Amino acid sequence: MAAVAYAVPSVLVFVTAALLILVGALGVITVKNPVHAALSLIMTLFGVAVAFVAQSADFLAAVQIIVYAGAIVVLFLFVIMFLGVDRRDSVSVDPLVGQRAFAGVGVAITVAGLITLMARSHWVTGALSVSTKGHALATGSQNVKQLGTAIFTTYLFAFEATAALLVIAVVGAVLLARRDRVADPEEVDV
Amino acid sequence: MNVPAAWYLVLAALLFGVGAYGLLTKRSALIIFMCVELMLNAANLTFVTFARTLSDVGGQATVFFVMVVAAAEVTVGLGIVVAVFRRRSSTSVDELSEMKG
Repeated sequence: MAAVAYAVPSVLVFVTAALLILVGALGVITVKNPVHAALSLIMTLFGVAVAFVAQSADFLAAVQIIVYAGAIVVLFLFVIMFLGVDRRDSVSVDPLVGQRAFAGVGVAITVAGLITLMARSHWVTGALSVSTKGHALATGSQNVKQLGTAIFTTYLFAFEATAALLVIAVVGAVLLARRDRVADPEEVDV
Repeated sequence: MNVPAAWYLVLAALLFGVGAYGLLTKRSALIIFMCVELMLNAANLTFVTFARTLSDVGGQATVFFVMVVAAAEVTVGLGIVVAVFRRRSSTSVDELSEMKG
């Protein structure tokens, strides 16, 4: 391949994001303590946020930090502490014979196929989308405006559906986590 | 010149692979949930990369909805983990074998 000069800052940002993402992801599946796995997960999520900023998805990078690293990982840590399951996973026994080998081969084939598909195809056709009304993708603070316009016009139905989804999820979670109180004699005749 | 989109796509594929390997080999339901998050993030990274490549904000809007679904999934999933832990005092998915044929 011919030596193409890429801008040094963009290469540095990519390498930083890639290191954060891959080291964090490998940490999630190698460390024994679930608390350490959750902290590695934060590292990966932060790396993905860096990649989002580098690709002019500024709003999503902020949401990634607030919702994923802020809320979801805290929920994980809360459940880990609540259950007290920070003891070691018994990794010595393999319940299925060759489970790791089969998983490794299957994942290797999948990733090789994905990389071949992604790296060797030409995706840019030059056509502009309907959701941006023919405009190019905005950067910086205009990104929020453009994304907001798309969500509240083109994707309005999906946005309203997420409201119903979140209500259902909250009701389901409360129902699942609630203790069974029928055995309590004072509350049976209510 | 900016780095090509293929670099980010390959990075997303590797992240997806790591998540899939963890999903297939881990025992603890909590770690399995974290691996699902890794795979969701790989898909999100792909969406954002294509949003830049094709100059289409629809990819970013999709990532927004994926994040909402991920939040709902984690809420319900951890609720199920807590409910199972109350009954079994374990979060190992190998011990949930009542429906084994």
